[in-house]
Amino acid sequence: MIPPSFEYYAPTTVEEAIGLLQQLGPEAKILSGGMSLIPLMRLRLAAPSYLIDINRIAGLAEIKETDGFLRIGALTREAELEHSDLVRSKYPILMETAAVIGDPLVRNRATVGGNLAHADPANDHPATMLALAAEVVATGPKGQRSIPMTSFFTGFFATALDPDEILTEIRIPLPPLHSGGAYVKLERKVGDFATAGVAAQLTLDRGGVCEQVRIGLTNVDQTPIQARQAEEVMRGKRIEPDMVRRAAQLAAEASDPNADLRGSVEYKRDLVRVLTIRALNRALERARRGT
Amino acid sequence: MAHQKISLKVNGMDHELMVEPRLLLVHCLRDVLRLTGTHIGCETSHCGACTVHLDGKAIKSCSLFAVQAHGREVTTVEGLEQDGTLHPIQEGFWQEHGLQCGFCTPGMMMAATAFLKDHPQPTEDEIRVAISGNLCRCTGYMNIVKSIQYAAAKLRQGG
Repeated sequence: MIPPSFEYYAPTTVEEAIGLLQQLGPEAKILSGGMSLIPLMRLRLAAPSYLIDINRIAGLAEIKETDGFLRIGALTREAELEHSDLVRSKYPILMETAAVIGDPLVRNRATVGGNLAHADPANDHPATMLALAAEVVATGPKGQRSIPMTSFFTGFFATALDPDEILTEIRIPLPPLHSGGAYVKLERKVGDFATAGVAAQLTLDRGGVCEQVRIGLTNVDQTPIQARQAEEVMRGKRIEPDMVRRAAQLAAEASDPNADLRGSVEYKRDLVRVLTIRALNRALERARRGT
Repeated sequence: MAHQKISLKVNGMDHELMVEPRLLLVHCLRDVLRLTGTHIGCETSHCGACTVHLDGKAIKSCSLFAVQAHGREVTTVEGLEQDGTLHPIQEGFWQEHGLQCGFCTPGMMMAATAFLKDHPQPTEDEIRVAISGNLCRCTGYMNIVKSIQYAAAKLRQGG
């Protein structure tokens, strides 16, 4: 399993990397953590002529709260996210997501930016980022632009990034008080993709009424999806257990999974229902505790 | 395809090599440097037989190109023993019967040593999570966990 030949570039600045993308054209591919790309190349499912390795670019791996956002540099390793004190104390949904990606050794290489830009509907960050109403920063020849998560995934393994743009940062609006979130995934074994995964993030007002709620789903459609009708059941209301069950039913109906070794269509839809209940209940509990 | 010049420090020794960019680190270690202790199992980053340290972190060398390791430090299983003395993890696998066929052992030991640096007093659960990216088809993991506990205790006493 030897990958096909390619030319290798290791730029040290974002500008240099963008220049290479412009110069080399569509046969060039960005190499981030490589935990999806390199196995795909070994299996000859991907054969880029040029690899632009961004791992030597400094300053793309910070996690910080500034200007109303939690900012995560695209090159942040999943292990860094998982073990970050800031993330563990304030964003348990992100910690839970990072902790179920690949395995501990894969997470030493895998990056948050790569998990999104690869746009595999089976990847875990997309659902969480949809639930958190995140946006990504795309840097290209004309500078930076921000792309909301809701318009980032344009198709199967396809994103709104232009061919000469690089995803450089993820921005998550700081959640208001009384917010909580959770990510729940079922996998057959460590390192497997999700049979299904559900991310839920919600905000309560002082009286306990649901001000905002978002639900993202992993690996149950051609792209990561948001279960909008399920959210509508709860938005503006005091959340009761039967409402959670109704929302979970709608999330299951919003799913359009494929049957594969991980299960039948019916099984996966029902799994979405069960995982949505679990994710919402855990998110509610955290919102009530105020984290 | 043009070869590129890279420099690597492997187990404390400096190497300058001309490699094809597509050469994976595991092939570089095994076929170029003849360090065959690092094994090739699944080749798709699932089994962990190829685990080595890159600048002290445990990674799967089947999923990294050798050119990516340019200028960096690699430790393989051959680098564990020092001056004829086994590393506590090697002693642990020996004392606790941590291997049967031995194929996963180098990867297990590299994953374990990187983990123990940050977790001198690990619980059994933490150990099991730490080696969850390394597959063993013989032992049922029981004795591997015991071997890592043995090494942790020995390291706490100063190795």
